[in-house]
Amino acid sequence: MSLTAVELGKKIKAGEISVKEAAKAALDSISKAEQDNNCYVTVVEEAAIMQRAEQVQKQIDDGILTGPLAGVPVAIKDNMCTEGLLTTCSSKILENFVPTYTAEAVVKLEKAGAVVIGKTNMDEFAMGSTTETSAYGETKNPWNTAHVPGGSSGGSCAAVAAEECHYALGSDTGGSIRQPSSFCGVVGIKPTYGTVSRYGLIAYGSSLDQIGPVAKDVTDCATILETISGFDEKDSTSVKREEYDFTSALVDEVKGMKIGIPKSYFGEGLDSEVKSAVLAAAKALEEKGAIVEEFELNLVDYAIPAYYVIASAEASSNLARFDGVKYGYRTNSQVGLHEMYKRTRSEGFGPEVKRRIMLGSFVLSSGYYDAYYLKALRTKALIKKEFDKAFENYDVILSPAAPTTAPKLGESLSDPLKMYLGDIYTISVNLAGLPGMTLPWGKDSNGLPIGVQLISNCFEEKKMIRTGFALEQTREYERCPQAAARD
Amino acid sequence: MANIISDETIEYVGILAKLELSQEEKEQAKKDMGSMLDYIDKLNELDTEGVEPMSHVFPVHNVFREDIVKNGDDRENILKNAPEEKKGAFMVPKTFD
Repeated sequence: MSLTAVELGKKIKAGEISVKEAAKAALDSISKAEQDNNCYVTVVEEAAIMQRAEQVQKQIDDGILTGPLAGVPVAIKDNMCTEGLLTTCSSKILENFVPTYTAEAVVKLEKAGAVVIGKTNMDEFAMGSTTETSAYGETKNPWNTAHVPGGSSGGSCAAVAAEECHYALGSDTGGSIRQPSSFCGVVGIKPTYGTVSRYGLIAYGSSLDQIGPVAKDVTDCATILETISGFDEKDSTSVKREEYDFTSALVDEVKGMKIGIPKSYFGEGLDSEVKSAVLAAAKALEEKGAIVEEFELNLVDYAIPAYYVIASAEASSNLARFDGVKYGYRTNSQVGLHEMYKRTRSEGFGPEVKRRIMLGSFVLSSGYYDAYYLKALRTKALIKKEFDKAFENYDVILSPAAPTTAPKLGESLSDPLKMYLGDIYTISVNLAGLPGMTLPWGKDSNGLPIGVQLISNCFEEKKMIRTGFALEQTREYERCPQAAARD
Repeated sequence: MANIISDETIEYVGILAKLELSQEEKEQAKKDMGSMLDYIDKLNELDTEGVEPMSHVFPVHNVFREDIVKNGDDRENILKNAPEEKKGAFMVPKTFD
């Protein structure tokens, strides 16, 4: 299980490991580690996995499947629809929802020979930064199970770190791939908005949501991204890009590249060990010939308030569909139609989801729409402009992924505002539609992983991937001790 | 707290959001929304005069297509998810007496 997805794919292709063996190993790992970590909401039945593995094996043997991910087991965040397989969004309101179709990103993986092994836990409807708002219990950080894995894609990132799958898909609305990747010591990419189809992704903040890969290294992430991206007419915000090649950027060469470090990201609230890690990464790039400079990125403090207005507004509209009529939970109370809607939603949604739906309903209501919603959209335009200016001078921005390493379980939810502030370095990337990635860069004195973030301009993932790859070459991947102990 | 959320406002938001809150939840919601709005009011420091609200980062336009059905009739499977169904339709509680 310590192999990367691409390494395993090579061994499968060479006939050294069968698809069934790979799937069985993942299932064994899950049966050993799940009671500690709780990464999954649903694990696919063994018989179904084996049947799928056999089918993929045959296609590999027949030369139909030749891609790098053929036969490799994958875990999917539970907000992506999977036909015939329970999809809950970690919410009670979807406790029994079995989609009749599969999300486009997952279809693309399956076409490339992926074996879906299970659906990973998350914050309810992706609202949260710790995976503690899940209706199915919190996921624990496999590096230290007294700590959170981050969120909202906490299940996906913890599953990769704990080696309960070889790679996973997550989704990122305000940092939901990058922050948990950082807390779990794995690599995660949030691509440029519109690069991966959102068809079949249960929407939270539609103008911000993007699906992306979580894996052990940059090579895996670039390979997975290349597989899942592409124009899709079923997603009206899908962008027709000139190219979808990301793996050609896996080059250990950053000479002359201009790397900017935003001074304003190093202010109050940043943990000193995280700060040193980012500066060490900057030094490593400099030693490889990159030009590293500090610069002023303004408006950092306005990203979080703007985000919560926009994301909550979109959530209040997107989550209106959960009303107990067509699918999911319905209240048991014998009441009329209108009461049924209200009780179903009140019983089905958790506190954080209700909080955001209410805030969203308020900022969109007449009399407040201009003052809050339009104001936030104007702020977003200004933030985008700040990044445009930055990318006139720099190829890539280097920053922390989160102000601290993973907090302890139970410390975050009592003060939502404080939890929201943890997304300060990731959120503006979503507002500006930019691609961002995090990769592990050492550990703090408690042994918890630290992540650094790389951001590039829209459609310029390759610069960020190349920088990440070069950084990664300077250090070994550090396995999570819990996973290593199971060998 | 600069933003005091009244009972009326919480009632109104409850109606918009289609949520039924207990008294305790209402009190908590008043507090939470008040402190969030205090925080969001930070945006008022910014001069956004003349700035166009940006709903999408890229110039996206309406996407039109011919009105041709491409997905098949999946009624049976779709209805399997319905809390209640009757004769191939979704069942809802009584709407009026």
